[in-house]
Amino acid sequence: MAEVVRRLRVRRGWSRPRGGSRTSNTASRPWLAAVPPVALLAVLFLYPLALVVQQSLQPDTGGTSFQPYADVFASDAFREALWTTVWLAAGSTVGCLVLGFVLALVIAFVPFPGARAVARFIDVFLSFPTFLITLALLFVYGTVGMANGLWTDLTGAADGPFQFLTTPWGVLLAEITYFTPFVVRPLLAAFSQLDTAQLEAAGSLGARPVRIVRRVILPEALPALAAGGSLVLVLCLNEFGIVLFTGAKGVTTLPMLVHSKAILESDYPGACVVAVVNVLISVGLYGLYRVVSRRARA
Amino acid sequence: MIGGIRFDSVTVAYDGNVVLDALDLTVEPGEVMALLGPSGSGKTTALRAVAGFVRPASGRVFLGGQDVTDLPPYRRGIGMVVQQYALFPHMRVEENVAFGLKAQRGRTKVPKAEIRTRVAEALEMTGMAAYARRYPRELSGGQQQRVAIARALAIRPGVLLLDEPLSALDARLRSDMLAELARLHRELPDVSILYVTHDQVEALTLADRIAVMDRARLQACGTPRELYRAPANEFTASFVGNANLLPVTVGSGGGVVFGGGEIEVGTAGVAPGAKATLCVRPHLVGLGDGPNRLSGTVTEIQWRGSTHRLYVEVDGRRVIADLRELKAPPAHGDEVTLHFSPDDATLLAAGVGHG
Ligand SMILES: Nc1ncnc2c1ncn2[C@@H]1O[C@H](COP(=O)(O)OP(=O)(O)OP(=O)(O)O)[C@@H](O)[C@H]1O
Ligand SMILES: [Mg+2]
Repeated sequence: MAEVVRRLRVRRGWSRPRGGSRTSNTASRPWLAAVPPVALLAVLFLYPLALVVQQSLQPDTGGTSFQPYADVFASDAFREALWTTVWLAAGSTVGCLVLGFVLALVIAFVPFPGARAVARFIDVFLSFPTFLITLALLFVYGTVGMANGLWTDLTGAADGPFQFLTTPWGVLLAEITYFTPFVVRPLLAAFSQLDTAQLEAAGSLGARPVRIVRRVILPEALPALAAGGSLVLVLCLNEFGIVLFTGAKGVTTLPMLVHSKAILESDYPGACVVAVVNVLISVGLYGLYRVVSRRARA
Repeated sequence: MIGGIRFDSVTVAYDGNVVLDALDLTVEPGEVMALLGPSGSGKTTALRAVAGFVRPASGRVFLGGQDVTDLPPYRRGIGMVVQQYALFPHMRVEENVAFGLKAQRGRTKVPKAEIRTRVAEALEMTGMAAYARRYPRELSGGQQQRVAIARALAIRPGVLLLDEPLSALDARLRSDMLAELARLHRELPDVSILYVTHDQVEALTLADRIAVMDRARLQACGTPRELYRAPANEFTASFVGNANLLPVTVGSGGGVVFGGGEIEVGTAGVAPGAKATLCVRPHLVGLGDGPNRLSGTVTEIQWRGSTHRLYVEVDGRRVIADLRELKAPPAHGDEVTLHFSPDDATLLAAGVGHG
């Protein structure tokens, strides 16, 4: 960004030679280059965030106090949502890492026709909106979906056996399905850097495939796993569309709670408190990831 | 494990494209065999067939008398070192060397204490004991090379496969490592070594026998001396050492005709009147009068320190002579006479040299 600004400035100074003195003026104060990006950030991101924080400190009764925080933290609904959010996100992340690692291994190292097409498809998949995959799951496993329809047609029963989609497990399944490609993508990039001569050397030294995966491939994939995993974790913490579209009534995550407090209960301070907590968890986890990854590299 | 490799008519094809054509070759236990040939001749492919990374389209591969064609690589017990070393970057040197020992399972499982002694032993043997705690990225190319060799030797393989192991090193280090490999082989007299290279000096220095490959086929196989003194064909003659190859016609009275003149050379087994190729090594050609004279014009002269290399045009053919440094070398365009001893020339089947 600073580079672009500098170049722009140089070009302007060039077309108007008399502006020379001003150019040297700004050059002596390099922090001026930081103004545009910071201003942009402030307008687009920091200002709304500040508004949210401000609102969270202004209870409906008037004045400024931490009362909304005390109220929200004391409510069972919040504690339950917090717990649901964290375990769903953590579970989805673990699921995505395991499934993504296996998928990436197969795509990268098991020669099968169409491996490239699958890799290409994963790129496209990343651009799908979250509700699309949820809809697809609804069509397959929903109460009136294909799987249940087939079952009721065959057995004549009133209900099909697949009723899990409206439970937390349905949300977990949908999140894993949707977010796994976010892990596969960086893994495929990491695997393409891997020297196949290393795998062959390991093989000729007597290592079976499982050992090669554990001792040679996995250590090389750790940075990619950490990157993909932390991305998925943060995305899952903040996921809204999937939870909404599965129609799981009992599953209330923090973003859902924000939605219901703000839209359904018109409790704006409460909604803002939950939002602030959600942001803090995301930022905190990101910070933790930075520390851990730096430690791992050192 | 007992050494020895046998290729029994091994053919390898990629998408119907034959890159190794019915190779028959035996490496005895304890023998160093060099696979020598130009780029793309199928040397690496032959090696990979032994290691189990390519499946022959036909033919069998034997290790220590056992047919291993259908065994996966991890059950072949082979030591392998490739050009780019392929060390595991996230493991220390000692962990790299221990990798193969830890991977052994079942009957051949190695106890922890023995792993430690054998790692130390392998590092000692390659002179890398002082670097055990380093990571590969903290080593020079030559040191990484030694670690790769130590890693391959730690599992005590009966067969060691080396694929151009020195090509990433500079000339000086290469000749040091060559001596090192020769020493290693003296310390491990039972290990068969298959050494792929396109450098004839490496092959001549290290190998008990050399197998010369060209365009997917084995062209010749023999001791360095045999291949050098009596090459089987033109390709071998020109690839193992330098060679003057002259098109000749076999005369009636024992000897051959080149251009206008008679040349005395053993012609056993060749019918008079047949076309053949005469092979003479440049360093066996002398300047001045003698038996088997060749007269021509000097087209180029190069001073190479200890020798002079003369390019002489004789009857439209270029003859090269490597001469001990001359006090008064001839000049460009001078008429000179070259000679060589009948014993130093070999008659080969006629090939591309005939125009
Ligand atoms: N995986 C592959 N797929 C298709 N063709 C291949 C493959 N590997 C090698 N070849 C072809 O097989 C032929 C022999 O290759 P090989 O690697 O054995 O040559 P080489 O003698 O080792 O050459 P170099 O000295 O350059 O290493 C080459 O023409 C090469 O293009
Ligand atoms: Mg090769």
